[in-house]
Amino acid sequence: MLTKRIIGCLDVHGGRVVKGVQFVDIVDAGDPAELAARHAREGADEIVLLDITATHEQRQTLLDTVRRTARELFIPFTVGGGIRSADDAAQVFDAGADKVSVNSAAIASPSLIDAIGRSFGSQAVVVAIDARRDPDADDPVIDAQVFVQGGRKPAGRRVVEWAREAEARGAGEILLTSMDADGTRAGFDCDLTAAVSDALRIPVIASGGAGTVNHFVDVFGRGRADAALAASIFHFGLSSARALKEELAKAGVSVRLPC
Amino acid sequence: MRVTVIDYKAGNLTSVLKALHHLGAETIVADGPEPIETADRIVLPGVGNFAATERLDATGITSAIRNAINLSIPFLGICVGMQWLYAGSSEAPEQDGLGYFPEMCTRFKEGAEKVPHVGWNSLDVRPDSPLLAGISSGEYVYFTHSYRAPVSADTSATTHYIEPFAAAVERGHVMGVQFHPEKSGEAGLRILRNFLAWRSA
Repeated sequence: MLTKRIIGCLDVHGGRVVKGVQFVDIVDAGDPAELAARHAREGADEIVLLDITATHEQRQTLLDTVRRTARELFIPFTVGGGIRSADDAAQVFDAGADKVSVNSAAIASPSLIDAIGRSFGSQAVVVAIDARRDPDADDPVIDAQVFVQGGRKPAGRRVVEWAREAEARGAGEILLTSMDADGTRAGFDCDLTAAVSDALRIPVIASGGAGTVNHFVDVFGRGRADAALAASIFHFGLSSARALKEELAKAGVSVRLPC
Repeated sequence: MRVTVIDYKAGNLTSVLKALHHLGAETIVADGPEPIETADRIVLPGVGNFAATERLDATGITSAIRNAINLSIPFLGICVGMQWLYAGSSEAPEQDGLGYFPEMCTRFKEGAEKVPHVGWNSLDVRPDSPLLAGISSGEYVYFTHSYRAPVSADTSATTHYIEPFAAAVERGHVMGVQFHPEKSGEAGLRILRNFLAWRSA
């Protein structure tokens, strides 16, 4: 049976993990390669590394980080942040990423999705979408507003129509972050996730709002997510992705165990 | 152990090369027929569209692989590389596969489930499979694909998604896996190690 994926997420700045993985015994910024390996050992199904302040000057640092992280990682590895062209993507793949995640650059130039997909296959293109419900829209959820530049700027797109376009252009997966839920630990936005998942044939990765194991149960059930980012599971007393998956299994969610 | 990994411009090879290096193999990347018939092992990766395999014919790689298979050099196709071992795929009906296995690959049936099939799914393993030695039924591996090969006499592992399909195929020294062993954690590395250690019975 196809299992629901728990994806470990590393937010990286200048070659160091700055948040997102807060193991009990590591309070500092960590080394991405070390933390990714640890995530993999401790049951994560996949790793996403997001370079949160990617600038042109830091390009080489990111590529070095990707290379070091990928070296001993034998589960799927996605890299996002600052990928603005098919050439940028090619460098990241060359350094060892299996997938790239594109967000603002895909909104600015949607043909970027086609270009990366053509060269590296759809399975290698994740389109990240940051969305906030729009209370003034006909349907606040389906017509949730898409934001770019780390959630600072409205993109003038609606979540479901943009996700559909991304799929049509050859996106392999959607990484959907609810800006309403993000940081609240009050649960994923299951309605938003379900609206996008139901509109598409490609997998949807839910992100933002996780606070308890039950929130994951909900987003895999009612939210119809195919995968979920576990950026902050350690904030609520679980020691690893494995521990989270063991709890999910008890709640009847199909997950990869043992792992 | 020298492994020739075939590059036909269908996706990147980094992950496959990395996993082979991790297991102690030397690798040569071949985008033409040259280092194929002298290889110790041949790996044909591949993601994306079956149509990309046209390049194998155009570059002379197909006939080099045919010769290599006749010379009993162990061969592993991964994902589209596995599908290419069959007669062809409905994804690109004008493009012939190698035809080592006579069946056709077809798209998953549309229905309630999503297509593509992406993620970790479990194997049901034929116990006498040399490629899958040490892998128990129920072990999870990572898939990402929309087309699949049917279950046949040569199938050495099946996976269920919408219906059962061939997750692994082998007849003697010619082997294929629909999943990505280079992305399937310890189980995947074990399978690649089995391939590197393969000997004729």
